[in-house]
Amino acid sequence: MKKLINKTENVVSEALLGMDAAHPDLRVDHEHKIIYRGDDRRPGKVGLISGGGSGHDPLHGGFVGLGMLDAACAGEVFTSPVPGQIMEATKTVDDGAGVLHIVKNYTGDVMNFEMAAEMAAEETGVNVLSVITNDDVAVQDSLYTAGRRGVGVTVLLEKIAGAAAEEGRSLAQVAEIAHRVNANGRSMGVALTSCTVPAAGKPTFDLPGGEIEMGVGIHGEPGRKRLPIASAKEIAALLVEPIVGDLDFTGGDGVIAFVNGLGGTPLMELYLMYNEVAQILKKSGIHVARSLVGPYITALDMAGCSVTLLKIGPEMLSLWDAPVRTPGLRWGV
Amino acid sequence: MTDTSVDVEALDRWIRRFAEEVSKNKDLLTDLDSAIGDADHGSNMDRGMSATVAALDEASSQGRPLTTAGALLKTVGMTVVSSIGGASGPLYGTLFLRMGTSAGDVEALDDAGFSAALTAGLAGVVARGKAELGDKTMCDALAPACAALDASLAGGAGLSEALAVAATSADTGRDATIPMLARKGRASYLGERSIGHQDPGATSVALLVNAAAATLGSRP
Repeated sequence: MKKLINKTENVVSEALLGMDAAHPDLRVDHEHKIIYRGDDRRPGKVGLISGGGSGHDPLHGGFVGLGMLDAACAGEVFTSPVPGQIMEATKTVDDGAGVLHIVKNYTGDVMNFEMAAEMAAEETGVNVLSVITNDDVAVQDSLYTAGRRGVGVTVLLEKIAGAAAEEGRSLAQVAEIAHRVNANGRSMGVALTSCTVPAAGKPTFDLPGGEIEMGVGIHGEPGRKRLPIASAKEIAALLVEPIVGDLDFTGGDGVIAFVNGLGGTPLMELYLMYNEVAQILKKSGIHVARSLVGPYITALDMAGCSVTLLKIGPEMLSLWDAPVRTPGLRWGV
Repeated sequence: MTDTSVDVEALDRWIRRFAEEVSKNKDLLTDLDSAIGDADHGSNMDRGMSATVAALDEASSQGRPLTTAGALLKTVGMTVVSSIGGASGPLYGTLFLRMGTSAGDVEALDDAGFSAALTAGLAGVVARGKAELGDKTMCDALAPACAALDASLAGGAGLSEALAVAATSADTGRDATIPMLARKGRASYLGERSIGHQDPGATSVALLVNAAAATLGSRP
């Protein structure tokens, strides 16, 4: 394992020190491993909190700031944060308007956030609602599994719900649009390599040189199937097909098309992939209203990408275009 | 038969014995988890139970403020929740916290009270994890253990004898997870490939019930 680290057990805490040093407009609680907005929050604004295992940067800490999250709880690498952490963040960001928890659908994350919401409500009476993202079409039989995983849609949801909260909408309204984003988004990923968790020191799974793993998760969970490496055009088709097969994206005001890097793939290849995806969408009669290309929800050093489509209307579009100022996304300000 | 009761000291012994068993079986739990999960059940449980023993030590060094069964079990639950992580943290945390709520502010539980607390813990685990029997989870060892404990006590057995029966039921339940198809947690992503592996959560639960059989029910 070759990584830019000092001690494997300090990877998360030292990365947080770096976030703190690099972004003076954020406030980092190093004891609880929570990243907060550093600016003064308006009283009565709904608080938005997310969090999860570390190693998916910029998700979630890099999306804290104006127009997105109020706080992000960092767990150990690929391990959910614990209820005490989430409860602390919940109590801190609550200004009386309540708090929305944005949770990716993984068993550990769901349970830890659920406990935190119960404990915080019991202690301070804070009103907490949750939205669970589950957009990964690679997990098929969700009736008999833990369900579809939360992946790319989480990024788009944090932006759109963040803008809704910034506008001063109520907790119920922010939660409603968050649920709507999740219901209208679908994703699918492909890995060209495994990733290496620092504490493990070796790749999570073995992927022979000439093969790719279709339908991979963001922790190196197994995908749908292994295939020989193919051209970008062919891989783009394999990614888009199950997405558009799962939800009708034609008509209306179009989609946000999001090509995400998993951490180890250069931006050049992501743009190349975006071109292929855009061509397929055009042929399928799907209008691309907005796009996002880059590594936003990663799996450490995994090479590969995911494609997310989100069906949008005028309301979501205007919330997407609203100003945002975070380390990961920044426009309009 | 002597009238047995589960007092704070007995519960303390139970938790410490469980921590020892987890530590001894750490590699086994992790090996089982690497086959169908993410290879951290042994290390997570060991870290959590070590922290729990440390919390119990700290409480006693501060003049033993844990004077009720409820207080002790809640301390265990809170420590477990904040130190295990993943899914096991909330599941084991809920088990002990619900046991604590059921036990309440008493210095000792009678046999039926301990059985009721364990069953309340099971109900918490089921509610938290939304697992059903046969989903290849902790519940597949815990539910038969609770049922056996309750039935044995109702049939007139003493706590010692009833816990021995419960431990056997937990072991049987654990072994029965091997041919099951996982329907909850990360193992469920494997689908058919989860068949043929013993569930790590059911395995640690069997350790918990065996630790109870070894430490509760008869005064040392």
